[in-house]
Amino acid sequence: MTRSLLSIEDLSRADIERILGRAESFAEVSGREVKKVPTLRGRTVINLFYESSTRTASSFEIAAKRLSADLVSVKSAGSSVDKGESLKDTIQTLSAYDPAVIVIRSPYAGAAALVAGWSRAAVVNAGDGKREHPTQALLDVYTLRKRVGSLDGLGIWIVGDVLHSRVARSNVLAFGRMGCQVTVCGPPTLIPREVESLGCRVRHSLDELGEADVVYVLRMQHERMEGSFVPSLREYAARFQIHARRLGPRQLLMHPGPVNRGVELSAEVIDSPQALIIPQVESGIVVRMAVLFDLLAGGGVGAPPSPARAQAATVEPQPA
Amino acid sequence: MEDRTVLDFEEMRRTLVRIAHEIVERTGGHDVALVGIHRRGAVLGRRLHGLVSELLDASVPFGELDISFYRDDLSMRASQPLVAASAIDFPVEAHTIVLVDDVLYTGRTVRAAIEALFDYGRPRRVQLAVLADRGHRELPFRPDYVGKNLPTARSEHVKVRVEEIDGVDEVALAQRAEVPA
Repeated sequence: MTRSLLSIEDLSRADIERILGRAESFAEVSGREVKKVPTLRGRTVINLFYESSTRTASSFEIAAKRLSADLVSVKSAGSSVDKGESLKDTIQTLSAYDPAVIVIRSPYAGAAALVAGWSRAAVVNAGDGKREHPTQALLDVYTLRKRVGSLDGLGIWIVGDVLHSRVARSNVLAFGRMGCQVTVCGPPTLIPREVESLGCRVRHSLDELGEADVVYVLRMQHERMEGSFVPSLREYAARFQIHARRLGPRQLLMHPGPVNRGVELSAEVIDSPQALIIPQVESGIVVRMAVLFDLLAGGGVGAPPSPARAQAATVEPQPA
Repeated sequence: MEDRTVLDFEEMRRTLVRIAHEIVERTGGHDVALVGIHRRGAVLGRRLHGLVSELLDASVPFGELDISFYRDDLSMRASQPLVAASAIDFPVEAHTIVLVDDVLYTGRTVRAAIEALFDYGRPRRVQLAVLADRGHRELPFRPDYVGKNLPTARSEHVKVRVEEIDGVDEVALAQRAEVPA
């Protein structure tokens, strides 16, 4: 049965730990001179990216190649999407190639769930609008676990543009599953209503930041903003930028990238030894290898495909 | 389901000692390295490594292989949790590698192990040591060192138990509850 990874909501703590355990075995492969195993030989992985991406797209490509899968990358620019082909038609066309996995990044929430309903392939959500980005959350948990061991009871502050962030949503869920105390923090205009229902606290200032073990800073997403969410980036930086005076010496710093230097983070903290930003990128490959392996090698993560699920998914345009 | 013990603790110990002697005899102890196949093969390999090193009065290299990523039946098996990474931290090129596994059956594990091993380099020679050979080969492999030949029916199950994992050392034959299709 084909399974998909659409949302952290579909994963139990045991699922997450199983995937991260596999990622550790793949870390050994990545340390070898020949960084390739024949696990997915003869299977096709399609990377379908409707939004720009450096690290997610490239790390999924490397992950698929290191597993010996055949890989096709389709970017919206330069494809028939440019000519007005709908998502459903594109998926039907690509499905004719009988892919084992479709990795999709889309500006629309719920797109990955729709694709899962249309295709027999396993679908990996590589970011759907501002809804979820489950593999980012998995690699963040993996990175942090490697650094500190157990995450139980760890205090995590997710700071910044929570409203537009699919990373925030997936990470609140994932860190929560792993036993962390999660707080989201940002100006009221950038905190979604009822975010507490995901299992986190809300703060509108950095006054209590000192209690955090880990400060997870989000990117200010100019491209999803139209209208005034903050008076100016300068004022935002004055109140919410994480810089050396705000970050305690024992606090760890994470950021999903790409960083706006001088906006949400100051240059000196980005390059400090407390920052896990580069290890996060490194984890991307092995965690995505583990996700592809887990989906195809039986058992599998996430939810089984169901038409009802796809219909229930909301496809709403971004407030753009 | 009842188990019938075919090798007990003492017999298993003596069998491993004999295999260790055979390895030393046939390789002359020159540039030999042992590699155990995860999971019980790795345990047995570690013990053989101890025995062989003792006989040669020098520690020979030892490694472990997890062949999960090299299996040819990816979609046919229920997945199992694994955290064991392979660990081979010596150059395989210079060595006669003795692969160690608990049971030799169809030979598919050995094929996967050889493929995995070759991703680390080109060993000078590869040999195979198994505690039990139960027949029913599907690939052309013949072990170099055999603890015990166990003629079995496909419906039977050979259980190798080791103290490190199962709390007891023994090899037992059991009737399978059901034969998987």
